[in-house]
Amino acid sequence: MNINRITSNKAFSPVIIGVIAVLLATLPLYIGGYTPILLTSIYMYIILAVSWSMFSGPTGYMSLATAAFFGVGIYTAAFLGNTVPLPVFMIAGGLASSIVALLVGALTLRLRGIYFAIFTFGLVLLIAQLLMFWELHVTGTRGRFVVVLDYNTIYYAMFVIVAVLMLTAYLLRRSRWGLALQSIGENEEAAAHTGINTTMVKVINYALSAFFIGAAGATIATRWTYIDPVIAFHPLFSFLPVLMAIFGGMGRLSGPVIGAIIFAYLQEILITRFSELYMLIFGIILIIAILYLPNGLVGLIQRTWIHLSGGQRANT
Amino acid sequence: MPILEGEGVTKYFGGLAAVLDVDFHVNQGEVAGLIGPNGAGKTTLFNLISASLVPRPGTIKFKGVNITGKKPHQICRMGIARTFQTVKVFANMPAFQNVLAGSFFGTAAGVSPSEATRGVTEALEFVGLSEIALTPARDLTLANQKRLEVARALATKPELLLLDELMAGLNAVEVSEAMELVKKIRDQGITIVMVEHVMKAIMGVCDRIMVLHHGEKIAEGTPQEIANSEKVIEVYLGEQVDA
Repeated sequence: MNINRITSNKAFSPVIIGVIAVLLATLPLYIGGYTPILLTSIYMYIILAVSWSMFSGPTGYMSLATAAFFGVGIYTAAFLGNTVPLPVFMIAGGLASSIVALLVGALTLRLRGIYFAIFTFGLVLLIAQLLMFWELHVTGTRGRFVVVLDYNTIYYAMFVIVAVLMLTAYLLRRSRWGLALQSIGENEEAAAHTGINTTMVKVINYALSAFFIGAAGATIATRWTYIDPVIAFHPLFSFLPVLMAIFGGMGRLSGPVIGAIIFAYLQEILITRFSELYMLIFGIILIIAILYLPNGLVGLIQRTWIHLSGGQRANT
Repeated sequence: MPILEGEGVTKYFGGLAAVLDVDFHVNQGEVAGLIGPNGAGKTTLFNLISASLVPRPGTIKFKGVNITGKKPHQICRMGIARTFQTVKVFANMPAFQNVLAGSFFGTAAGVSPSEATRGVTEALEFVGLSEIALTPARDLTLANQKRLEVARALATKPELLLLDELMAGLNAVEVSEAMELVKKIRDQGITIVMVEHVMKAIMGVCDRIMVLHHGEKIAEGTPQEIANSEKVIEVYLGEQVDA
């Protein structure tokens, strides 16, 4: 039914995806050391970028609340981590973020364009400040220690989130919900008059994307051991996913994934080797991406492929 | 029995009455025309009927049920579909997907994917766009984008179709084709209300015409009655000034 996306899926046959998934799922069994840790970071950014583009991609609502949902997940782990097992506080983190997204969405999804972006970013700062106030004045501390889990457990947990997220995003794109989201992004008024309950579709999808972000936050918090509101609600977690998704290309599901892989890897290299220059290099890459890659890296690859194979997409 | 009734429908924008105390009705199965000079309140009245705006005060009833204050998607599912004065197609989606949205979401009962696909095929065929079902809507001509809007509206299985200036911007040939399409829709048993500036079209297809001026209904009748009404001529051509 997704006529405009047929070309994209040819390259990635289900067999290849299956083999890669099995290899990644069992990776810590053959490779130890740094690789699983690096991959865990990459998974984290994949989750942030794909979840962000799951909502903001089709609807065109630029959400900068990713850091808020992520931070809520992190703090859920800090509150619950010592009392319940990992799967429970993972899901609790996801649900807590979803609830925040439901409330925020119901209040603000009538705002369009830049107003929505500003409000959602304000939310990040608001929650961080409130939490800071609470911790300093009520709890009497600044940060918290989070239960520490071993790296392989975190790896597996993050892998599970990635797998469920990719499946959800894939199914969503081909479902009637995906069609509704896309219609809203194209023309919200017409979508409403076509029988789409635009508010409900937006809010529920926003909550769904926040679930994965929150679950990822709850999981990764166990690797950080110490958190405070400034670390947990760092604004970069709002901006990086946007950057990754735009760089990779939002027209395809693979776009944000590729963008996240490249940037997460780049971040690891730059932060260790050129720590002062790393934000500068990020910025330059983003400018180049926006100027020369309007459809992202995936769009470029696709165009090159069409060019090389001599075919053209026939539009009558 | 009227399918649509409005009582004392009023809408202010700030201090300006865009629609003022208008009573109207539309009979089952007819093509009702809505005309008036620019700024007369035609599109506002359309937006009130389709629930983009809420009348204050006033009530609108559809098949005897009060629909005032309902949401646009609810109105659509109850059986009122519309097109827009400036086309609002889903530009980056193929024509097929545009209509599919209507087919999936526009009906009260909900449909299975196969039913929805069938509905899309039928609607596209009905308006004559089967050949270009896979073309992104942005690449269609204006006339075809307007047809696509009609197809999307028809896919929601409406009983009442609101056409907001379907003929605007079309050439003479396209206007007569659009008139044929309107008649074809009426022959399906769908009641139509159309706002139109193209007089040839409105006189040719409407059973009854309502005239709005400065937000108020000033005349109503058959095309002949309207064409001969002094009041209407006055509004359109200006008052006769005594020398």
